[in-house]
Amino acid sequence: MSEATTSANAALPEASRQPGGSKGVSERGFSWRTGLLGAHTALMYLFLFAPIVVLVAFSFTADPFGVAWNGFTLEWYTRLFNNTRLIDATFNTLLVATISTAIATLLGTLLALAMEHYRFRGRAATDVLLYLPIVIPEIVLAVALLSFFAFVFNALDALFGLRLRQGMLTVVLAHVTFSIAFVVVTVRTSLRGFDRRLEEAAMDLGANRWNTFRRITFPLILPGIIGGALLAFTLSLDDFIISLFVSGPGTLLLPVEVYNRVKRAVTPEINAISTLMLLFSMVLVLLSQLAQRQRK
Amino acid sequence: MATKTLPSADQHSVETAAALRRDQRNQVVGLLSPGLIWLLLFFVAPLLIIVVYSFLVRGQFGGVSWLPTIGNYVDLFTSPVYLNAYWRSILVSVLTTVLTILLAYPMALFIAQRSPRWKLVLLFLVLLPFWTNFLVRTYAWMIILNDNGVLNTILRSIGLPGQSILYTETATLLGLVYGELPFMVLPIYTSLDRFDFRLMEGAADLGANRWQAFRRVMLPMTMPGVIAGSVLVFIPTVGQFVVSELLGGAKVDYIGNLLQRLFLRSNPPNWPLGSAMAVVMMLILTLVIVLYFRGTTEDDR
Repeated sequence: MSEATTSANAALPEASRQPGGSKGVSERGFSWRTGLLGAHTALMYLFLFAPIVVLVAFSFTADPFGVAWNGFTLEWYTRLFNNTRLIDATFNTLLVATISTAIATLLGTLLALAMEHYRFRGRAATDVLLYLPIVIPEIVLAVALLSFFAFVFNALDALFGLRLRQGMLTVVLAHVTFSIAFVVVTVRTSLRGFDRRLEEAAMDLGANRWNTFRRITFPLILPGIIGGALLAFTLSLDDFIISLFVSGPGTLLLPVEVYNRVKRAVTPEINAISTLMLLFSMVLVLLSQLAQRQRK
Repeated sequence: MATKTLPSADQHSVETAAALRRDQRNQVVGLLSPGLIWLLLFFVAPLLIIVVYSFLVRGQFGGVSWLPTIGNYVDLFTSPVYLNAYWRSILVSVLTTVLTILLAYPMALFIAQRSPRWKLVLLFLVLLPFWTNFLVRTYAWMIILNDNGVLNTILRSIGLPGQSILYTETATLLGLVYGELPFMVLPIYTSLDRFDFRLMEGAADLGANRWQAFRRVMLPMTMPGVIAGSVLVFIPTVGQFVVSELLGGAKVDYIGNLLQRLFLRSNPPNWPLGSAMAVVMMLILTLVIVLYFRGTTEDDR
């Protein structure tokens, strides 16, 4: 069979070399294949978006199990706004994301400046260390941080009688840790097109180092910093595995709360909160796109 | 300030050069140290701690007792429960990786051949679901695959028998492929975007059929994208536990599920054994990635 197809296809270039008919043959073959690829691609987009469409639609269903269409209602949204547990969890999640983003953006930007603007011994090793948090499986970092916090807290208790427990603080520390690497990557990309002669020119004109940074370097790399910060913020909001391990019992965080509910049963209330989270992420994405566009 | 002399350093005196170098070093140290100290403290130290924990005895009420042992590793490599978990995790990750390559490559190929404007739109659409919470997207599949869910409603309405897919391994695989697809499409697209499609015409002129041209020209030249995508897909899949718990009904033990149980659920928890599990998982991943890179780069030459 393979021989037959080979010879049949081998005839194609022969035919296409003949003047006149050549264009028609190759063009038809091209569009036929493109059509098939296009159909596949359309199916893949359907696959990617079907769950999201279903989720949003079913946050408005009157069906008490949230799995069938049973008429339109806003009941699940009104229930959400009266659910203090979920509101607290949302507040905590946003608080953790804000604080960890601020710290990770500061540390990550400084690291990116060092990596792009200077040559120093140990730079290659630092490069590896900065990429490791991105490639390491999340669950390994999760169990490592859990063990680490337990170890440090035990030591503090034994040495100083200081009793600490896992909670929001440990979640912030963990989120900063995995976000730094992503901020570094984003800011480094924006530094790559940076012309250092601008800094030299500023200093030639008598600006000191701080003024040069404030007036020249910072405004130019600001879009990259904003992009990195938004990425860190999204990652923090999205994180579930590490939060589950390091938050300890009693700390309300939105993804952990959603997970605990979903494990038990499918409820339209979860559809509603998911839709709101979706909306929030979309707004963030739009903001980051705007920040990127400003660069041009 | 030493820096002020920088522009007028034409005299090239030894002192200014030394001052400059000292100044540079101070800047690097100032920029690097906050981030590096953070990563050493909260990234490197925790990883070292689980390596140490994996050689300790489990404590009475959870935690660890500081007695050295290799018992955890012996348990891992002799107990069928743990060996099976490794096997299943690797199997499902390989399946997920292969399926995402098969689904993503044609998609990336289609996108790469569009006009720049369309490329942007199509890529943005690939990324869009990725920006919604992973947990939420997995949960959405529970609504679709449920026995009375969307899929079965559609199937029944066109006269087909309903399927029980939720809480099976098929559902796990589907959820994993769904979650990882964008991570495969993007790197493959990037390498296809750099590929010169006139090479395919060249191959055809030299008598290659379409399959041969793809096999011998396009695929090898876009292999870096496939490799990058495979690494991006394979690593998180080996450690996953959410998808197999929510969609697979936690019927099969994967490494991630066991880690969660050993650290959080069992009473008392067994941290040393869990640490050993995590350490072995890291070693396996490192080995797989090294072998994979070596195998494919030799193929290329």
